[in-house]
Amino acid sequence: MTPNDIESISQHPDFQQLVKRKRRLNGVLTLIMLCIYYGFVLLVAFSPETLGQSLSGGVTTVGMLVGVLIVLASFALTGIYVHRANNVLDPLNDKVKRECAQ
Amino acid sequence: MNWTAIAMFLLFVLFTLGITRWAALRTRSASDFYTAGGGLSGFQNGLAIAGDMISAASFLGISAMMFLNGYDGLLYALGVLAGWPIILFLIAERLRNLGKYTFADVVSYRLAQTPVRLTSAFGTLTVALMYLVAQMVGAGKLIELLFGISYFNAVLLVGVLMVFYVTFGGMLATTWVQIIKAVLLLSGTSFMAFMVLKHFGFSTEAMFAGAAAVHAKGTAIMAPGGLLSNPIDAISLGLGMMFGTAGLPHILMRFFTVSDAKEARKSVFYATGFIGYFYLLLIVVGFGAIVMVGTEPAYRDASGAIIGGGNMIAVHLAQAVGGNLFLGFISAVAFATILAVVAGLALSGASAVSHDLYACVIRKGQASEKEEMRVSRLATLGIGVLAIILGLMFESQNIAFLSGLVLAIAASVNFPVLFLSMFWKGLTTRGAVVGSMSGLISAIVLLVLSPAVWVNVLHHQQALFPYSNPALFSMSLAFFGAWLFSVTDTSARATEERGRYLAQFIRSMTGIGAAGASKH
Repeated sequence: MTPNDIESISQHPDFQQLVKRKRRLNGVLTLIMLCIYYGFVLLVAFSPETLGQSLSGGVTTVGMLVGVLIVLASFALTGIYVHRANNVLDPLNDKVKRECAQ
Repeated sequence: MNWTAIAMFLLFVLFTLGITRWAALRTRSASDFYTAGGGLSGFQNGLAIAGDMISAASFLGISAMMFLNGYDGLLYALGVLAGWPIILFLIAERLRNLGKYTFADVVSYRLAQTPVRLTSAFGTLTVALMYLVAQMVGAGKLIELLFGISYFNAVLLVGVLMVFYVTFGGMLATTWVQIIKAVLLLSGTSFMAFMVLKHFGFSTEAMFAGAAAVHAKGTAIMAPGGLLSNPIDAISLGLGMMFGTAGLPHILMRFFTVSDAKEARKSVFYATGFIGYFYLLLIVVGFGAIVMVGTEPAYRDASGAIIGGGNMIAVHLAQAVGGNLFLGFISAVAFATILAVVAGLALSGASAVSHDLYACVIRKGQASEKEEMRVSRLATLGIGVLAIILGLMFESQNIAFLSGLVLAIAASVNFPVLFLSMFWKGLTTRGAVVGSMSGLISAIVLLVLSPAVWVNVLHHQQALFPYSNPALFSMSLAFFGAWLFSVTDTSARATEERGRYLAQFIRSMTGIGAAGASKH
């Protein structure tokens, strides 16, 4: 890329739109994942008895359910990201490439 | 001697040597050697990444932890898994768009080649060798038990096969060995979990109730125990596991084996799915084993201890649910797992030597592909010999802390600088070098001063550093060092480096100019 290309791409409205959307998607999902995981870690550290409660009167505890839910949430969040990136960000990215990279 | 296991293992070795021969015929360029030509699909790479994460240590170690402490074993599993979405959101695509063969390509993208490559290669080699030694010692012990061959022969066998896969087959063979092993381990563990659930009438409640009834700790195994009682330790361990994965060189290298950012993204999606599924299975395996292995006198010796030690829980369970034939299968798969992981580690170490040190630092980018590949093969051989020697030297050492704490070191030496190079315009060469060195040194010093080494290994009265995991402190220090020595850097070179950020940012966002797959 020449300095001219860099200038024109960085000023291009589609590029700026791409950056804005990508940042928002990545930021929000990262924040959710960090909250889920470190919320769990802090719960383990400060209030293990919450996780040790019986789920519905049996031996299975709330903590066991939470553990399984964290596994499922991790997978679901990556799925949401891939879906959004494939369907929203990639078309925008392709447009930027078409218009700017000659 | 366990003849079924040996027969199945020989079959696996023969098959993988066949793959290595097939791969060797297709490995012609440096790109083929380092990244399998960059043409793997997201699904294939996802399986290979999952294979790297579900190592023998996690299969045998986490199931053993659940067997002993119940719920606490799950905490480890979740820490490793939770790192993957973060890797996807923050670094996977940028890494693919900016790099070619090693993560040092990314860090040195707009910085001075020689100092940054030197420190990155140093970080890569430290992490890869420490991890390799931990795997070798674990492998030696395990194979001694499973196959009845001596420790010396076991380490030698692992080392020789590893060198063979990597020197001849490069990344293509390494990846396919990893994929095949991942499929075998996932299906084997699925079968075990299915049989355990069948034993309990497909009711997890019945399984947990059964486990709590016979376990010495009773229902306490269903809740967090003493493992993370200290909040600082809990956060430190969590940080180390989450960001350590994002600093493991053999994992980062896998992102260059796919054709573009889109495939890199898909590979993390599949990898997260497989790793998560595997850990869910391990809950069933670990808790099922409390009943099906723990209450069975046949799996205990005269003194009441588990035969072969705690790490053999999953292997005993294999015998309990599937008889000797399945025991042989799981033993062979455990061996295959070690082989596949060490091959990836050796390849990442070798690429740091041949690509970062030889081609970029010593020859200043003037080396031909032929020369670079020759050096990488020699480096693999050197790393193999070193790993065998270190494996033999450390035989009687306590390596449990080593394998776990490699992650803390990776999180401190590699991750902060990699992250800042992609996200922070202000990073300069001076900051990057100081950042990785302060991360490395502080992680190792704090480890030595921690209870695990200072008290348990060096037999001092009291640890000088009270926490068992250094990641919170050493990672912060690495970030701080990189920041401080970057903002105070007023040299002309630093100004130029900041000026080159915009071009790097555009490429990392859009993939314009990114290295593509090689054409065959």
